[in-house]
Amino acid sequence: MTPLLEAIEIARHFPLAGKLFRRSTRAVKAVDGVSIALHAGETLGLVGESGCGKSTLGRLLARLDEPTGGTIRFEGQDIAGLDEAALKPFRRRTQIVFQNPYSSLNPRQTIGDTLIEPLLIHGIGDAASRLQRAHDLLDIVGLRREHFGRYPHQFSGGQRQRIGIARALALEPALIICDEPVSALDVSIQSQILNLLDDLQKRFGLAYLFISHDLRVIEHIADRVAVMYLGRIVEEAPVADIYARPRHPYTQALLAAVPVPDPARRQPEVVLEGNVPNPIDPPSGCHFHPRCPLAEARCRSEMPPLVTGAGGHKVRCWVNQAEDPVVRNAWQI
Amino acid sequence: MMKASTQHEHMSAAGRDLDEAEVLRVENLAAHLHTGGGVVRAVDGVSFSLRKGETLCIVGESGCGKSMTALAILGLLPRPAGRIVSGRVVLAGVGDLAMLSAEAMRKVRGRSISMVFQEPMTSLNPVFRIGWQISEAILMHEAIGREAARARAIAMLELVGIPSPETRYDAYPHQLSGGMRQRVMIAIALACQPQVMLADEPTTALDVTIQAQILRLMNRLKTETGSSLLLITHDLGVVAQMATRVCVMYAGVIVEEADVGALFARPLHPYTRGLLAAIPTSRSGGARGKLSTIAGMVPNLARLEPGCRFAARCPDVHDRCRMAEPPLAAPEGAGEGGRGVRCWLHLSAGPVAPALEAAP
Repeated sequence: MTPLLEAIEIARHFPLAGKLFRRSTRAVKAVDGVSIALHAGETLGLVGESGCGKSTLGRLLARLDEPTGGTIRFEGQDIAGLDEAALKPFRRRTQIVFQNPYSSLNPRQTIGDTLIEPLLIHGIGDAASRLQRAHDLLDIVGLRREHFGRYPHQFSGGQRQRIGIARALALEPALIICDEPVSALDVSIQSQILNLLDDLQKRFGLAYLFISHDLRVIEHIADRVAVMYLGRIVEEAPVADIYARPRHPYTQALLAAVPVPDPARRQPEVVLEGNVPNPIDPPSGCHFHPRCPLAEARCRSEMPPLVTGAGGHKVRCWVNQAEDPVVRNAWQI
Repeated sequence: MMKASTQHEHMSAAGRDLDEAEVLRVENLAAHLHTGGGVVRAVDGVSFSLRKGETLCIVGESGCGKSMTALAILGLLPRPAGRIVSGRVVLAGVGDLAMLSAEAMRKVRGRSISMVFQEPMTSLNPVFRIGWQISEAILMHEAIGREAARARAIAMLELVGIPSPETRYDAYPHQLSGGMRQRVMIAIALACQPQVMLADEPTTALDVTIQAQILRLMNRLKTETGSSLLLITHDLGVVAQMATRVCVMYAGVIVEEADVGALFARPLHPYTRGLLAAIPTSRSGGARGKLSTIAGMVPNLARLEPGCRFAARCPDVHDRCRMAEPPLAAPEGAGEGGRGVRCWLHLSAGPVAPALEAAP
């Protein structure tokens, strides 16, 4: 089956400012050779810490930014180098929901106008059918019709995120890229939005690329999970597999660091030390080796490839290789 | 402003109130915010006690009053809108902080009680070197020389795990990562060995692996310096990992108080139960289950209805809940000490009709 969205070795390098009259040869490799596939109706969770490149990858796949290398295919068509006019059909099929719904909504526009605008831009329907569609969208996301004429400031954070989702649904997309959609919300509101996203996926067969730093949210919402570190994917696997048997030492560290809401299970003292290295000057070999207790000579000199093992479990590690029957946990004493 | 003599009398009287093991006791604290929309009862009668060596967590969602409680304790309520309207904040060896002048409070803050906030970049001064900022905190409270303060500051940087502290002493805040900045904040907070460290969402802005480092650091330093920790957070995972005791806040009041084990094993208040149930869980291989949610929204604290503040969202609401607000009291039949819940479901009716008892 052809994937809905497929990225092959895509990269986004941000060149650093050079000295006057001299071009810089250095660059921040925010996304550095990422290959990823997303099928219709599935949720791919993308996790990693600040600066790992997960949001940049999301922006590339939504074509809000142009990759500096690689290919992106959407429904079989290469969209990596298309200009804005040529991208218009793609824009109908892919939408994005941002973290902060307040800053992504126009404060001077009523909710009704916000929902009608995408239909106008794409020339869909007549005035009456657009109005009807906007009302339907309010129903779909659990808002009321009397909300139609109100402004963003009149809503709570959770309601604003519902509006953001309604706007994303207006054009009946196949894919929604959700960039930290519940990170600004309280846990009781967060659960409402996660339930809504789940309902909408079942109802409309949507695919989600769900970007989050919250591993509990990802475990709940994702079918497959990809872990990013310094611009690269270091592990990708079905959700149950990666949470039960993480192979990459970085994934193991991330999962061990999540505070478990159970005082009877106080976590071991062993946690990942240090910080994410400077992406301008990443470590040689495997980017994770300076922080990895399992690192060997080869890890310092050679970047491991992302290898696919049984059950589609991919891992980029010389020590815990994809096909090894034994997985070493880097953080167990 | 009180006269110095009265203030002193008050302080010594208040200091006697504390048990030997207590370092901080908050009694019936109320803080109001005067806004265009009316008087917001942000903290509406909060009482708790922090014991030596203990970590007390105050947990709740946005707008529940947990941060306002912290600011009221520290005498840092936003002016002129915020004001303590009643209650006492008794700190061991100091007295009632609510009665202190701004000048006197400045001498207490940073020395006997110190604070760490969510965003270290806004708490640190961007134009001064971090080492200088730590020295400054020491010099403000102790009669020691610049060189001695510098040596202490470097020792503090080392204590909080900042590599090559002599070099880092001269760094500016923007040259450090978020986790390192929060370590500097903790170094400042602990520089004068306070009895109480108050941390308001100290790891919320940090990545999960850095959060684990900072939480572990706070636990270690609490043990090493013998201070007590008042930790304010919205994250029940952090509570479970850190707390000795827990107060759950909702709409300006404490709705449940318990030892951490008891709270997670047997949450009593419907709000606590709702919060715990709303935490995303794994699907354990099967289909994605529905997450439990709490219907509705937090009430407007400027226009509270009579009765229990959670009544409008409570799945177990009954008539009594809308008539009178339940007190925070020991639940019926509870064998566990120090447990309190503000819910009619768990309180015995007693000889007096509760609606009358709670009436003003």
